[in-house]
Amino acid sequence: MIEFRSVRKTFADASGKETVALHGLDLRIEPGVVHCLIGTSGCGKTTSLRLVNRLEQPTSGQVLVDGEDVRTADVIELRRRIGYVIQSGGLFPHLTVAKNVGVLCELEGHGAKDVKERVDTLLELVNLSPSKFAARYPKELSGGQRQRIGIARALALDPNYLLMDEPFGALDPLTRGELLSELQSLFSSLGKTVLLVTHDLNEAFALGNRVSLMHEGHLIQTGSREDLMQSPATEFVANFVKTVRRGVN
Amino acid sequence: MRALLATCLLAASLVSQDTIRIGAKRFTESAVLAELMAQTIEAHTELTVEVKTGLGGTMICWGALTTGELDIYAEYTGTGWATILGQTDKVTDPLRTFFEVRRRFRDEHDAHWLEPFGLNNGYALVMREKTAEELGVRRISDLVRHQRDLQVGFGNEFGSRIDGYRGLAVAYGLDFANLTTVEHALAYEAIEAGSIDLMDAYSTDGKLLRFELRVLEDDRQFFPPYNAAPVVRGETLRKHPGIETALAKLAFQVSDLDAQALNYIVDAEGISPADAATAFLEIEGLIEGTSASAAAARRAYVRVRKSPPIPGSAVASRPGFLELLSTEYGRVWQLLLQHVGLTLAAVLLAILIAVPSGIAIVSRRRLRHWLLGFAGLLQTIPSLALLAFLIPFFGLNAWTAIAALFLYALLPILRNTYTGISGVTPDLVDAARGMGMRPQEVLLHVQLPLAMPTIMAGIRTATVIGIGVATLAAYIGAGGLGVLIFDGISLTDTNLILLGAMPAAALAVATDMLLGRLEAKMRSPGVS
Ligand SMILES: Nc1ncnc2c1ncn2[C@@H]1O[C@H](COP(=O)(O)OP(=O)(O)OP(=O)(O)O)[C@@H](O)[C@H]1O
Ligand SMILES: [Mg+2]
Repeated sequence: MIEFRSVRKTFADASGKETVALHGLDLRIEPGVVHCLIGTSGCGKTTSLRLVNRLEQPTSGQVLVDGEDVRTADVIELRRRIGYVIQSGGLFPHLTVAKNVGVLCELEGHGAKDVKERVDTLLELVNLSPSKFAARYPKELSGGQRQRIGIARALALDPNYLLMDEPFGALDPLTRGELLSELQSLFSSLGKTVLLVTHDLNEAFALGNRVSLMHEGHLIQTGSREDLMQSPATEFVANFVKTVRRGVN
Repeated sequence: MRALLATCLLAASLVSQDTIRIGAKRFTESAVLAELMAQTIEAHTELTVEVKTGLGGTMICWGALTTGELDIYAEYTGTGWATILGQTDKVTDPLRTFFEVRRRFRDEHDAHWLEPFGLNNGYALVMREKTAEELGVRRISDLVRHQRDLQVGFGNEFGSRIDGYRGLAVAYGLDFANLTTVEHALAYEAIEAGSIDLMDAYSTDGKLLRFELRVLEDDRQFFPPYNAAPVVRGETLRKHPGIETALAKLAFQVSDLDAQALNYIVDAEGISPADAATAFLEIEGLIEGTSASAAAARRAYVRVRKSPPIPGSAVASRPGFLELLSTEYGRVWQLLLQHVGLTLAAVLLAILIAVPSGIAIVSRRRLRHWLLGFAGLLQTIPSLALLAFLIPFFGLNAWTAIAALFLYALLPILRNTYTGISGVTPDLVDAARGMGMRPQEVLLHVQLPLAMPTIMAGIRTATVIGIGVATLAAYIGAGGLGVLIFDGISLTDTNLILLGAMPAAALAVATDMLLGRLEAKMRSPGVS
């Protein structure tokens, strides 16, 4: 379980002016749930995600993973049990696909044979043929393929958690739809706890069991598709979900 | 008894440890004077002497003397006055200049000028003997009558110096109608061939004997005196007062003509400065015996001193480039290896220091400004000044050269490491950290591989610059291909210059290509 307790996060820019990214966020991500964060640009979604694997530290409040405050956890060990996928994929351009996916296993000291087996399994999991893709470099892949490798890499150490920041951000609608349905089946077969950022409500509802709507550093409403559609907490939520009705038809 | 023996042994070991170091600048006369002093001291004291020749000029020699790297070297009064003491007022009287220089060196630097050798190696004006005879020119003031019709060729430096032609023109009221600038290396051939009638020269240049030339008398005493004398470090003199007594035997023993002959047999006949000095000392009865090894030098000296050589003969006997290459290739190869060794040692050291520093400054702004500023500053120090500055720390040897090359190599490597590492896309570093890599793993697996082409480019720049600068190692007696280049320059032997310069250039080009290949090889095929 991931838990945010009154998490406040401010940033000071170069001139010393403060931006509040999060005003006291309270949120629980239940085990085995795919939880989507959604909201307008700059509302604090990425920041929330980065607080979980301690790429950012809360200004006040607490973030707990499995009941433990991330500040007291061993940060390397913490990050290795949380898979992390960023928008651009973040693949290392100088490494082959196999190396990109297997690098963490190697750092963990797994033998070469084990690493190769694991890489092959993961590539098949994201529907890429190992014989065709293992030796390629990221520049030789399409945007969708890159994103899949990014996901495979995040799953390398079989983490319980998965953080995904706009995994479909840079993709064309067709590829997007394809990857979306693949992810759906992947999530249901793996049973991981997933915190996923998107700003497309259709995607959020398609993937997530639960959706949290944020706006300007505040959490507005958390619930299932029905909760948000049928009983929007505020005018803002009501307006936001209108886009879905239109999108669905 | 045993105590006595022990004392004797101790005394003996102390004496044998006491090596007097005599330096010489990078030209023939300085080397001959150093050998004269060394052999005289060895013959008349119990001291052992080590001679370091080929040092790069006044700054290096004087710097080494003041820091105790050298004990003695031969200096010229004019140089002492203007270059070392930094005096700008004109001096003319040789004796007064000598006493004034001697007093000030003693008082200000605790360095002692012993009695002069006798020779004065200053500027002089020379004419072809025949033309001078026809026109009746003996003194410089005689030139005024002929300044319309003489073809005059002055070296670049002499022509523009206030203690050269610019001052001379004022002192004698000269204004030549046909004045050209002549490369000093070619001036003797030009005057011999008749394309010029009047040129400047150094008054003890051996080449004056090679051609039929008349040195004009400086009747208004315009040219500053450049009398040579031994300069000894005060500490050395107090510890070994015998040096003064020994060197007094050389006082006023070497005339301008003696010096010309000694310089000539070394420059034109390939006799070593040591043999030339031995021959001179034996002939003058300053050391005893007649050593077999100096027999050829003795014959040459006597012959040249009695009847000057036939004009042009020695020039023709100088070996051509291919001949030089076939006889000297062993030495060229050895100097090339030395050159590579110096550069390689310096660059490897610089990599060892600059790459970690370049990484360290990525996240430390203050340190970065400071270090990059410092490395940039080092780059602006002229190489000779840097060498002179480093001598007191490392001595007159390869370490000083390596240290200077090292300091020059720092900036390109430091700057490129910093640029390379900080140029890695922040998203990638973020991804690496987010997936749980330790800082050193991020560095090793992400930042360094991606920065490697840039770092390699810095190393390549540093190495190629280093190969160029390493020629200056010759100035402090640290070897390398510069030895051939600078010997060639001081002997005005183009073939010898080429013998050093061509391998140096080839080395630079080859290294550049090799490192370029290596750079391409180290670049991942995923990044292009
Ligand atoms: N490192 C930082 N320094 C300063 N301000 C920051 C930093 N990171 C984020 N912010 C600010 O915090 C706020 C929230 O940023 P965040 O990246 O979490 O938004 P987001 O919801 O992910 O937006 P988007 O949908 O555009 O990605 C923004 O106002 C942003 O400018
Ligand atoms: Mg974001």
